[in-house]
Amino acid sequence: MKPKNGVSVYGWGSYVPPYRLTVAEVSRVWGRDPKQYEDELNVKEKAVAGPDEDSATMAVEAAKNALARASVQPSEVGAVYVGSESPPYAVKPTATTVAEALGIGPLSLAADLEFACKAGTEGLQAAIGLVGSGMVKYGLAIGSDTAQGGPGDHLEYTAASGATALVVGPLSPDAAASLEGSVSFVSDTPDFWRRYGAKYPSHGEGFTGEPAYFKHVEGATRALLEELGLKPSDFDYVVFHQPNGRYPLTAARDLGFSPSALKVGLLSPFIGNTYAAASITGFSAVLDVAKPGQRVLLTSFGSGAGSDSFSFVVTDGIEARRPKAKFVMDYVKKRVEIDYALYLKYRGGITLGGGAK
Amino acid sequence: MTVPKYWRKIDAHYRLEGIRCKSCGKISYPPRSSCPYCHSKDVEVVKLPERGKVVSFSLLRSPPKGFEGYVPYYVAVIELENGVRVFGMLTDVFSPDGVKEGTPVEAVFRKISEDGDEGLIHYGVKFRPIG
Amino acid sequence: MSAGENPVVLGTGLTKIGRRWEDSLSDLFAEAARQAVEEAGINPQALFLGNMSAGVLDSQEHLALSVEDGASVFPLVPAFKVESACSSGGSALVAGYMAVKSGVYDAVLVAGVEKLSEEPSDAVTSALAMAADSDFEAYYGASFTSLNALLMRSYMRDYDVPRSWLSEIAVLMHKNALDNPYAQLRKAITVEDVENSRLIADPIRLLDCAPTGDGAAALLLAKPELAKGVDPLVELSGVGVGVDTIAVNGRSSLSDVPATARAAKAAFSAAGVDPKDLDVLEVHDAFTIMAALAVEDIGVVPKGQGAKFFHEGSAERDGDLAVNPEGGLKARGHPVGATGVYGAVEVVRQLQGKSGKMQVPNAEVGAFHNLGGSGSHAVVGVFKRRK
Repeated sequence: MKPKNGVSVYGWGSYVPPYRLTVAEVSRVWGRDPKQYEDELNVKEKAVAGPDEDSATMAVEAAKNALARASVQPSEVGAVYVGSESPPYAVKPTATTVAEALGIGPLSLAADLEFACKAGTEGLQAAIGLVGSGMVKYGLAIGSDTAQGGPGDHLEYTAASGATALVVGPLSPDAAASLEGSVSFVSDTPDFWRRYGAKYPSHGEGFTGEPAYFKHVEGATRALLEELGLKPSDFDYVVFHQPNGRYPLTAARDLGFSPSALKVGLLSPFIGNTYAAASITGFSAVLDVAKPGQRVLLTSFGSGAGSDSFSFVVTDGIEARRPKAKFVMDYVKKRVEIDYALYLKYRGGITLGGGAK
Repeated sequence: MTVPKYWRKIDAHYRLEGIRCKSCGKISYPPRSSCPYCHSKDVEVVKLPERGKVVSFSLLRSPPKGFEGYVPYYVAVIELENGVRVFGMLTDVFSPDGVKEGTPVEAVFRKISEDGDEGLIHYGVKFRPIG
Repeated sequence: MSAGENPVVLGTGLTKIGRRWEDSLSDLFAEAARQAVEEAGINPQALFLGNMSAGVLDSQEHLALSVEDGASVFPLVPAFKVESACSSGGSALVAGYMAVKSGVYDAVLVAGVEKLSEEPSDAVTSALAMAADSDFEAYYGASFTSLNALLMRSYMRDYDVPRSWLSEIAVLMHKNALDNPYAQLRKAITVEDVENSRLIADPIRLLDCAPTGDGAAALLLAKPELAKGVDPLVELSGVGVGVDTIAVNGRSSLSDVPATARAAKAAFSAAGVDPKDLDVLEVHDAFTIMAALAVEDIGVVPKGQGAKFFHEGSAERDGDLAVNPEGGLKARGHPVGATGVYGAVEVVRQLQGKSGKMQVPNAEVGAFHNLGGSGSHAVVGVFKRRK
């Protein structure tokens, strides 16, 4: 897919909370061998949001970073999308809270999106469409999650918190990167879900692999390469959705991308799976270092299931924009280790008597 | 807190806004409809700087209702870069020495409290040590 | 204020302060009011009642009418609740002073009543935090104690005051209350006890804080013509009220209370006295820091010398100026809306020579200080023994 008018990324920014819960600590509590999960998943620890954080607060900090780089006035932003599977309210849009906090609106579109881990790139596709059609000047797409797995469940080791925001606008060499094209690829594949009222999600364990992640990540990526007439060696960086530190390496191998192209954008070994923020946080880390002329592939995956795949070429404007906000690694390196009990307290596993959760 | 009481102050809480008096020029916080210095009605909303330093602080261990989940937490008077003082809660204080008078801080958007499990979530600005 | 003569005190009443499970707000009011009215031998024509939290903690607004009706100590009269947070009692006294001095009423009952011991402590903490700015202080998790803690920290730093000097104030208050039959806390403490007590909001510890309790106080103010053969006769010679912003971030300084200075200046001017004329002083020591600040802001000592004044023993009953000889808020107790009236009654009884073991010898001029909020509404009143 290509929009009628070209679209560029003007700003990018992330937020990862400082608290870390290690795979070793979760293993200790559940009586597992930590090496099993560390090796199998290639994840050492995950980022955990603090007691005064949620998807809205993280989205705001990520968006402030992105808007600083974009150098746009809030009044010029015509659309705000917040993709999350852990919004603070079941009914009441996070996007309006985020818009108000940033000074965007009232003449703006604002919506929450849900598509598991690809809700962030969903928002990106929509923002591209609005900008490319000329309906809005700038669009803000955010993926933000405070994901949780059930106690003792496989996913508890990796379900993490984080946010990334992207500001897109009309094609320009002064922007950070231009969009070459994108593809979305979906099917009803029930690999991971949560029914209303259920506190934690259910999943198909191994089923989340071949029929879900790999089918859609590889299907979308192949379709994009074919549409654009590109091959893996044309890309300097590749970022895949990263539920753990293994799947992206396997997908890269299957598709013919070199592991070195994956490195900068693969953060889940250090921060876990930040769900709707996962692939775009990897993309944000790439933009923190990429040079003009380099080509970047971004393919997300969301359970239920689908993938969005994008090709971007970095443009000259990136150098001037880069220093205007914190880097992803600044957040990754700010690390405060917590134990399982504090994790439960912070993430609502223990209910306080009428108190702040 | 009623819904309208919270909603009326969203601009001040979410974006750290004060007022500038067009008559005497002074900037003040919180926003009022008249200037607290010269009492003129000719005031306009202004966004305050997001950085400042701690003037005085207290580490609180006996909380009012609704703040138990944060104990212990710091409250402080912060002097922003333009000299305007605000009162607020600190967050993400990780230094083993805690904070001191003069610690530089930046405003961050955070949850402040919740009206139980079914009521509104109250958001606002807290202050985080820089670095 | 020059219309008419200054009102005189014809009767006083106090209740013991503590957890008064069996007594409602009306019962406490009745106990204090009856003492004052029977001593005076006349009924009041109006009631001015200080209270801060009955609406929140007792589900009772319309409080002044409610307690006079529930008590039925005197026929129902116009009844006004006066509220200015912890200075509600002092403000009720100002209202009573104005009512009699202006000639609108011949005799009024000034009273204060509060119950703080029946709800869980977090509910009481939240109720007391209503003295602060609900949108910009309480909203951000401020407890009333934490706001005063900001002042304590600034003061200690600005004037290089050792922590122990503030702890000593609490020790003196407890020592004084050993002689006070209506005090809430009657147990000696040491500096170590204060400094080892639980941290409430650093640097304020549990034993820096006045306890919360239930109590009522009353005094009957009347025009001097109604004082037949009353000897000694005590006159309310002047009152002053000083104010400042509600929230701490709006104050010009975090290590003094300009509102107190303004109130004291106005009261002393009206009464024609100087701080050095005082024989006894009741200050609002809701926290030890507030006692130190009060003696400075009232003008007893220069800025920064308040804690030293206590440290050197000058505030003892036999010192240069007896401060809180009954134990102050710290040990006598602090039933918030009643506190100002307790302070006033204590001064009056000192000047009447009725303070028993707590008596300051030859007390002729006394003042009380009552402070609302973290420094936003101060009341100072000066009483004199008429010759």
